[in-house]
Amino acid sequence: MAEVVLHSGGLNPPLVEGPTSFARITDDVCRIVENKPPRAWYVAMGISVTLTLILGVALYLLFTRGIGVWGNNQPVAWAFDITNFVFWIGIGHAGTLISAILFLFRQRWRTSINRAAEAMTIFAVICAGMFPLIHVGRPWRAYWLFPIPNPYIDMWPNFRSPLIWDVFAVSTYFTVSLLFWYTGLIPDLATLRDRARTKLARWAYGLLSLGWRGSARHWSAYEKAYLLLAGLSTPLVISVHSIVSFDFAVSILPGWHATIFPPYFVAGAIFSGFAMVITLLVIARRVYNLQHLITLHHLDNMNKILLATSLIVGYSYAVEFFTAFFSGNPYERFVFTNRAVGPYAWAIWTMVFCNVVVPQLLWFRRFRRSVPWMFVIAILVNIGMWFERFNIIVTSLHRDFLPSSWGSFRPTVVDFMTLAGSFGLFLTLFLLFLRFLPAVAMAEVKAVLPDGRQEVRA
Amino acid sequence: MTEPLWGIAAVFETPQQLLEAARELRRRGVERLDALSPFPVHGMDRVLGYRVPPLGWVVLVAAVVGASLALALQWWTGAIDYPLHVGGKPLFAWEFSVPVTFELAVLLGAFAAFGGMLWVNRLPQYEHPVLCVDGLARVSTDEFVLVVEASDSQFDENRMTRWLQELGAVRVERIPGRGES
Repeated sequence: MAEVVLHSGGLNPPLVEGPTSFARITDDVCRIVENKPPRAWYVAMGISVTLTLILGVALYLLFTRGIGVWGNNQPVAWAFDITNFVFWIGIGHAGTLISAILFLFRQRWRTSINRAAEAMTIFAVICAGMFPLIHVGRPWRAYWLFPIPNPYIDMWPNFRSPLIWDVFAVSTYFTVSLLFWYTGLIPDLATLRDRARTKLARWAYGLLSLGWRGSARHWSAYEKAYLLLAGLSTPLVISVHSIVSFDFAVSILPGWHATIFPPYFVAGAIFSGFAMVITLLVIARRVYNLQHLITLHHLDNMNKILLATSLIVGYSYAVEFFTAFFSGNPYERFVFTNRAVGPYAWAIWTMVFCNVVVPQLLWFRRFRRSVPWMFVIAILVNIGMWFERFNIIVTSLHRDFLPSSWGSFRPTVVDFMTLAGSFGLFLTLFLLFLRFLPAVAMAEVKAVLPDGRQEVRA
Repeated sequence: MTEPLWGIAAVFETPQQLLEAARELRRRGVERLDALSPFPVHGMDRVLGYRVPPLGWVVLVAAVVGASLALALQWWTGAIDYPLHVGGKPLFAWEFSVPVTFELAVLLGAFAAFGGMLWVNRLPQYEHPVLCVDGLARVSTDEFVLVVEASDSQFDENRMTRWLQELGAVRVERIPGRGES
C-alpha cells in the first residue's frame, strides 16, 4: 500500500488563497493569454511603445552624430550610460534570486512569482546589455569585445581588464537565465498548446513546447535539470554583480577602489530588483485578478527581503564613508566629503532618503501588507537605486586628482531620451510576455497545493 | 483487434490514485508503463523502476571542459599569440583568469543541463501517439494518466481495461497506432 504523507503547511499561511483546484489554476493563468487583453494593457502598451520609439530616435542621433550627443566628456567619461547599465543589470538579479536561490532554499512561496520575475530578469539584462554596446562609440564593431579571430585588428581582448570580464559575465548571465526560464516554461507551454483554440496558437505553442507530454520520465529529467540550473545560477548571479563592481573596484580611483564593492553591489542589485518585482506585480495581479495566486503573503515576504537588503545597502554606505576616513588617504577623504556636501550632494541625499530612510517603514506589518504603501516605497527604491549608481560614477569622476582637470556633468536631452526609452523597451517586452506567455508557473503552483504535495515512502 | 492499437490510457483524478494504479500494475508484471501528469508526481520513478539520469555528472564534465577552455583561451591569446605588456603585469596569471573561467564553466554547464534534459527526454519530439488523442488533452491541466503500451507482454485490451477500471480510472482511452488518428 502506498503510504501517502501530506505535508502540512505548518504555521505558514496557504500559498494559494480561496477555493481552488488544479483546473482553476490553469484557467486563471491561461485566460490571461487566451482572452483579449484588458483596456489597461493597451494603454500601457501604447505608452511603452512610444517610449521605445523615443529610444529609437535617441539611438539614431547617437549613431549618426557620435557620443557627443550625450553629456559625457572628460573627466566624466562614464555617466548615464553606465549608470543605466548597472541599474538594469541589478534589476535582473531579483529574478534569479527568486527563481534559483529561493528554490534551493525550498521557499515554496516563490512559485507564484518566479515566472514573472525571471521574465523581468531577461528583459532587464537586454536593456542593460544595450548600454555598453552603444557606449563603445562604434557599435558595429562591438563584436571586437569577444575573442573572435579578427582580420581587421589581428589582436585579442585583454583578459586582464575587468571590462572584458563583464562581457563574459553579462552574456553568460543572459544565456543561462534564458535557458532556466525556458526550461520552466516548457510544461506550461504544453498546457497552452493543449488548450489552444486557434490553429496558429496550437502551432506556435506546440513548436515551443517541444512535444512535452508530461511523462514521468520527462518530469524526472526535467526536475533534475531544473535543480542543476538553479545550482548553476546561484553562484552565477552573485558573480555577475561582483564582476560589474570590479569595473569600478579594480581601478585605482578614489570612490571606486573599495573592497566592499562586490557584496555591496550584490545586495544593492537584489534590493533594486525586488523593488521592481513589487512594482510590476502589484499592478499585474490587480489588472489580471491574480490576488489569490500572488497573495498579500507573497508581497509581505518580498517586502521583508526589501527591508533586509535595504539594511545591508545602508550599512555599505556607512562603511564606505568610514573606510575613506579611516584610510587617512586625502583623496579618498576628499571624494567622500565632496559626495556629502559637494555639487552633487542632492543626489546622495536623495539616495539615502529613498534607500535607507523610507524602507524602514517596512518594519511595520501595516506597511508591508498595504498595497499602496509598498507601491510608493518600491518606486522610491527604484529611484534611489538609480541615484546610487549615478553617485558612484559621476561624483567619483567629476573631481579628478588635479583641480585643473575638474569638471562637471550635465545630462542632455538625448541622455534622458535614452533612459526613458530603456524603460519603454523593458515594459514593452514585459507586456508582450504577459500577453503571450503564462505569467505564473502553473505546474509549479499545482505541485505546492495541498493535493499535489504528496510523497511516497517506498 | 482489427485496427493497430498503440496502447491504452487510464485517466485518474488524483496523483495518489495514479501512483497506486502504477504500483499495482507493476506488481502484476506489466512492464511497458508510463505515467503522465500535469506536475511531477514524486515517487513515480521508483514505482516505474527506472534510473534517474546522471545529469549531474554530465554537467560537471561540461563545467570542467568550459573552465579548461577558458584558461587555455586566456593563456594562449594573452601570453602566446599576442603578448601585450601593460604596466609590468604578468601575461598570464590564475588570479585575473578567475572571472572568465568561472563564467565559461557555468555557461557550458547550463547548456549541458538543458541539452542533457532534452536528450534524455528525446525532445523535441513532435509526433507521439499519446499527443494525438484528444481525450488526453487535459493531462497538462488536472488529469493523471497511466499509459499501458500494447507491446507489453501482459497486454490484452479487455483485461487491461477492466484492471484499470477496478483501480479507479474514471475513463479509459484507446491510443491508436501511427497512421491513423
